[in-house]
Amino acid sequence: MYLCLVGVVETFRTRWIVADVAGLGQAFVFICMLAAGYVAARRAADTGTLRAVSEGAGAGLLAGALPAALLLLGGAIPLRTVFINASPALFELLSLGLPPSQGSLGLLLVGAAAGAGGAIVSRIPPAARRAFLWGVLAVLLLSIFQDLLQLLLQPRGVSSAIRDLLFSPDGPSFRGAAIICVLTWATSAGGTLLGYARERRGVGAAGGSRRTRLALMALALAGLLLLPIAGGLFVAQVMVLVGLYILMGLGLNLEVGFAGLLDLGFVAFFAIGAYTVALLTSRGEHGIAHMSFWAAIPVAVAVSLVAGVIFGIPVLRVRGDYLAIATLGLGEIVRLLVLSDALEPWLGGSFGVLAIPKPVIAGYELSGPRQLYYLTVVASALIAYVAWRLQDSRLGRAWMAIREDEDVAQAIGINLVTTKLLAYGIGGAMGGIGGAIFAVMLGSVFPHSFQLLISINVLVLIILGGMGSIWGVIVGALVLVGLPELLREFGEFRFLIYGIVLVAMMLFRPEGLLPAAAQKLELHAEEPPAPEASAAVS
Amino acid sequence: MRPRKLIKRFSFIDVFLWTFRLAVIAIVVVGSIATLAGGRYTGRQWLDFVEFGLAQGGIYALIALGYTMVYGVLNMINFAHGEVFMSGAYTAYFIAVPLGTSGFLARHLLVGLLTILLVAMATSTGVAVLVERVAYRPLRRAPRLVPLITAIGASFFLQYTFRGLYGAGIHSYPDIAALSGDWALGSFHILRTQAIVLLGAVVMMLLLYAVVMRTKIGKAMRAVAEDRDAAALMGINVDGIILFTFALGGAMAGAAGVLYALVFKQVHFFMGFVPGIKAFTSAVLGGIGNIPGAMLGGLFLGIVESVGPALFLDGLGIRAPYQLRDVIGFTMLLIMLIFRPQGILGERLAAKRA
Repeated sequence: MYLCLVGVVETFRTRWIVADVAGLGQAFVFICMLAAGYVAARRAADTGTLRAVSEGAGAGLLAGALPAALLLLGGAIPLRTVFINASPALFELLSLGLPPSQGSLGLLLVGAAAGAGGAIVSRIPPAARRAFLWGVLAVLLLSIFQDLLQLLLQPRGVSSAIRDLLFSPDGPSFRGAAIICVLTWATSAGGTLLGYARERRGVGAAGGSRRTRLALMALALAGLLLLPIAGGLFVAQVMVLVGLYILMGLGLNLEVGFAGLLDLGFVAFFAIGAYTVALLTSRGEHGIAHMSFWAAIPVAVAVSLVAGVIFGIPVLRVRGDYLAIATLGLGEIVRLLVLSDALEPWLGGSFGVLAIPKPVIAGYELSGPRQLYYLTVVASALIAYVAWRLQDSRLGRAWMAIREDEDVAQAIGINLVTTKLLAYGIGGAMGGIGGAIFAVMLGSVFPHSFQLLISINVLVLIILGGMGSIWGVIVGALVLVGLPELLREFGEFRFLIYGIVLVAMMLFRPEGLLPAAAQKLELHAEEPPAPEASAAVS
Repeated sequence: MRPRKLIKRFSFIDVFLWTFRLAVIAIVVVGSIATLAGGRYTGRQWLDFVEFGLAQGGIYALIALGYTMVYGVLNMINFAHGEVFMSGAYTAYFIAVPLGTSGFLARHLLVGLLTILLVAMATSTGVAVLVERVAYRPLRRAPRLVPLITAIGASFFLQYTFRGLYGAGIHSYPDIAALSGDWALGSFHILRTQAIVLLGAVVMMLLLYAVVMRTKIGKAMRAVAEDRDAAALMGINVDGIILFTFALGGAMAGAAGVLYALVFKQVHFFMGFVPGIKAFTSAVLGGIGNIPGAMLGGLFLGIVESVGPALFLDGLGIRAPYQLRDVIGFTMLLIMLIFRPQGILGERLAAKRA
């Protein structure tokens, strides 16, 4: 019911999973019912199968009852004045075109069936279940990504044949969905069988997995480098944004992940870097000097570093939650100052600084998103390398000591002041580089681009990927920045999803998707050890 | 002491901080003198500023109460509290409009207002309790960072849920004829809405104070705030008390929401964010965990924000000082956090473990 009201169903109405057969919005409702049945059956894990199925059906029924109630209610009173998404189209979708009373009954039945189905799914052996789930996921992904896939498959001969096979003008065709579904089942089943075979043979996982990891990385790298060429300008633009967020993420990761200093004002460094480059290179009225981009970058880095130190000094003694708020305040102060009329003669006020030229290498101008993308990749790689080396250095260890317990760290001789200031400074410098590239990407800087939301964005992607883990930052950026851009319909619900992701991650997996090993151990320290381990020990 | 030893006693940081302090004091003093000497504002205008500041401060204080109570019992900052405030105001809007257009409000002002208030408070309480149960309770024993981030997530979630539910537009509360215009007490004029807001805020604060100090459940709250485990050993239902605390804070925020709507007349889904931060500032100002402190802090912040730009920024010749109003607020927050984290009235929290 919640989903419906929030309008997810409405927006997805036009997106067909299987053309003319099922819409994505309806799929969401269906999945909710399925999930309800699944969870209910999970809870009743010890009881017999029939009982579990009936519990699942009951849960599904309940899940179906809510939209049914909405349907009936909507027929009676005009809900649209209050809830803007409770429109006639929504009701039509829910009831599959039938009149309200029949539609609600239909929903209830579908709910019960889906719930029972979910319960059954939770009972079938893990291998089959995994295959089934992967199949469903694959079809969903096909539908969600259909634009991108169609674009990628367009130019060449063989691939356009594939495209015609999978898609019809409105969306994935029935046979396309069926093909993908079957393929995934087969792959999953094959993978499981391989796994069994390997277990039986007792092959050590180490060698094989290392090689596969390298292969995967090489593949990813190739894909990364070729993506802008294959995907077109829009994709390249998105990837530049992803790259910038990776840069910022690495910087904030240093502060939050390594040193445990929660900094919500990080966007200030981004802004400082951008404005420095802008002011130094702009050909417009606010440009101070007319340096080239390459000359301006070291200055921007230095300024951001100093800014980081300056921000760090007042908050050296502030801890925990207060630090978050204090840095938030600092970030907002910077934004407000930059926006204000008082500083307009120097910083451009709300009009910003314009006419920033693109960087030029040996006479070749990096004009478009594609070229800038490569610049961003180089910068990210450099910074990631720096971060990686720092992680294992003495400084990195000092940071981790501070993260764990400041007082103990001080007691063993770590100079809190210099270590913390270095964290802020270097983190700030990284943010500044991101800002510099941002400035030339847009060709102008406006204060409105430096909102608190960006700081929170970066924080979310670090948490999603895993605090303190460099690969985690990259994954987080791809998921949280790349995906919403590519899936435009999610754009409206982007922050809603952020919120849910944050809460869900904290509840279930606080160490993130790709955690650094130590974090994982420490965050799950409260939980009891797995049964097999304790059985083995005793 | 020898000069060299004296210099060695003060580290670089202390020097920096001292400079910072002096700079702020200088700005305030110089600016104020310049403004007052220049005589750009009349006494009436100053009074206006103060009134407005008090009204706004009252709203901040009510929201701050929620922050401070939750911090007292749970030792965490409930970032989502601003959205609790928003939910109350926004939902009550849907009651206010029909009441207003149908003329009910004009005829039965008190009953109408009370209804709106009740709806808002009920919604806020519900939201606050929901957030506590879903997002905070499972994480009670987690390291500090985790609940904080959860709170941020919950805050986003609430904001955008409301956006999804009601749309991204700005909605206006109906104008209440009985409340426009001023009241005159002798030669002293005050806008009616501001008076109501201030009065309402004070009444709610007194009520809260009575509940916390005089009732049994208030005593239980204070016990949990002091030492959660000992309170549990004493037979207090800690979970229930924490729930009650959230509910109480939520109710206050709901009331604040209605008052805010009366003064500013507009609600939209993002309206909880800035007042939330300002309210947190107020709570810190007064001493977090300290209820009279939150009230005092709120009023103080309101006045400073209102009077401040005119008082000292203008004197320094800064154009359009009102834009920097928030800067004043944030700077005060910073100063409090750096130099006196225990606030004006509160206990010492600086040495608390992160």
